Amino acid sequence: MEYIIIIISAILVNNIVLNQFLGVCPFLGVSKKIETAVGMTGAVTFVMVLATIVTFLIQHYILIPFEIQYLQTISFILVIASLVQLVEIILKKVSPSLHQALGVFLPLITTNCAILGVAILVIQKEFNLMEGVVYAIANAIGFGLALIIFAGLREHTDLQDVPKGLKGVPIALITAGILAMAFMGFSGIV
Amino acid sequence: MNQWKNFTKGFIKENPVFVLLLGMCPTLGTTGTAINGLGMGLATTFVLVMSNLVVSLIKNLIPDKVRIPAFIVVIATFVTIVEMVMQAYLPSLYESLGLFIPLIVVNCIVLGRAEAFASKNNVKSSVIDGAGIGLGFAFALTILGSVRELLGSGKVFDITIYPENYGMLIFILAPGAFIALGYIIAVINRLNKKNA
Amino acid sequence: MAKLESSFKNMLVSLFGVTLIASAALGLVYDATKAPIAQTEAKKQEMALASVLPEYDRLGDVIKVLPADGKDSIEIYPAYGPNNEEVASAVKSYTYSGFSGYIEIMVGIDPNGEITGFQVLKHAETPGLGSKMNDWFSNAEKPGQNVIGRSFNDGAIQVSNDGGKVDAITAATITSRAFLDALNRANRCLDSAWETDAESGATQQINGKNSDDDVASSEQ
Repeated sequence: MEYIIIIISAILVNNIVLNQFLGVCPFLGVSKKIETAVGMTGAVTFVMVLATIVTFLIQHYILIPFEIQYLQTISFILVIASLVQLVEIILKKVSPSLHQALGVFLPLITTNCAILGVAILVIQKEFNLMEGVVYAIANAIGFGLALIIFAGLREHTDLQDVPKGLKGVPIALITAGILAMAFMGFSGIV
Repeated sequence: MNQWKNFTKGFIKENPVFVLLLGMCPTLGTTGTAINGLGMGLATTFVLVMSNLVVSLIKNLIPDKVRIPAFIVVIATFVTIVEMVMQAYLPSLYESLGLFIPLIVVNCIVLGRAEAFASKNNVKSSVIDGAGIGLGFAFALTILGSVRELLGSGKVFDITIYPENYGMLIFILAPGAFIALGYIIAVINRLNKKNA
Repeated sequence: MAKLESSFKNMLVSLFGVTLIASAALGLVYDATKAPIAQTEAKKQEMALASVLPEYDRLGDVIKVLPADGKDSIEIYPAYGPNNEEVASAVKSYTYSGFSGYIEIMVGIDPNGEITGFQVLKHAETPGLGSKMNDWFSNAEKPGQNVIGRSFNDGAIQVSNDGGKVDAITAATITSRAFLDALNRANRCLDSAWETDAESGATQQINGKNSDDDVASSEQ
């Protein structure tokens, strides 16, 4: 039951992009086509879950026992950066086809604040490891959902007769605003 | 004169938010009120100036292949310092910015300036560049925060302009952030076109 | 000075050096800010206590109570007057049923079961609606919405939509319900604390009110 609440709240109610404003850069950057949006979602899911597990272990088995929680930010970001590198190297060796699909998105992920954000949130919300993993997966799905819907909308607005001054980024942001309004309808359901 | 240009480019012409579209997460996430936007902007400015300073000092001591991790460590250090100092002396701002303070680390503007500017230029111009871009960022966040606070609750910096009951609450909530930023960028695009 | 080459040794040494200096610097700043951070926290606590309690001479030991329907314990700060009589107790209570989940409040309850004051400590409610809790429920000009001075003796305090006497915040009934839920939880825990702590001089006074009714009606 608790897992279901975590999942619904992370995907719909407190959507990571539209409500928490994490991962807005890739949300605006790679949402011009549905295909790239799907690729980015895959890469984010993969890294987010891995990063959450590793940072959780670091927090509970290194930082807390040695009472050096103030090194949290610095150690988490280093772990995420090296994790992204590692994933890239391993993918290249193990599964070249997957690497081809996700490869271009991987370097972008280090500076995706959604990854570090979720890692820190899992610690702040005092989840256990299992809840943390569920939370990470749910947030990745929420990110993917928002990104893919938004990419679909943008493919359409590109073909419309948008007022000249609003072309490009402004209309995309306003579309995102209306999408966020739609997601607000879910608030209060958990 | 050249340094002056270096400093002012961050405000309109190369404004990191309005023109380069970087650092979107804190831009949208912390601008519910003007004061939060300003606080976030100044915290980021501090990190930018200090990391630019240190990176330009140590640029020759860091081999090329490990420069990004080294820069990240430098940035994360200053971010953590800001976090601790803010927690001690500005607790209410610390609480309202919350998660977005540690997330300054992954603000593309900071790493971007360290990599693109400070690692290639001398200390003086790096510091000026950091201050210019940082204040440009703070300027953008303050504008967006003021617009959202004014439309949402009839106040700017907590000074009432018109009665709160007439405010459009949506501008303080998440959707209003996107919409307000969309229109501001449209206006800035227009201004930049006129100048060019 | 020439740039260092990317040899393995250079990379290792420089990265190690940067990390070492960074950690040392952070350790120093951490030590320097530890005391001010603790002070700020203590001051915040003190201000919250002062704002919810009537004038008092000294605070008693903190009592922790685990409510039956919650996973976190609630802290009770009894406050005593000049003659060692209990003037009121401040209770740090919470609820998870806010519109955006968790709400933490501090509430002062005197030995007659009357609310002496309250303060919302933590919440994530909608700005402009649910976030109005502090002003709304302490507005002395609107007796319908003011909760200060209300007593728990007639059972749990409820919003008028649920048959109670408190007017909910306009357009934020869920927040209002949650706020009162935290208030009632504070009272329930205060009762159970005094019941188990029979040696306290305040026990008789507190037991004077019908605490059984209280619990029953708030569980609805």
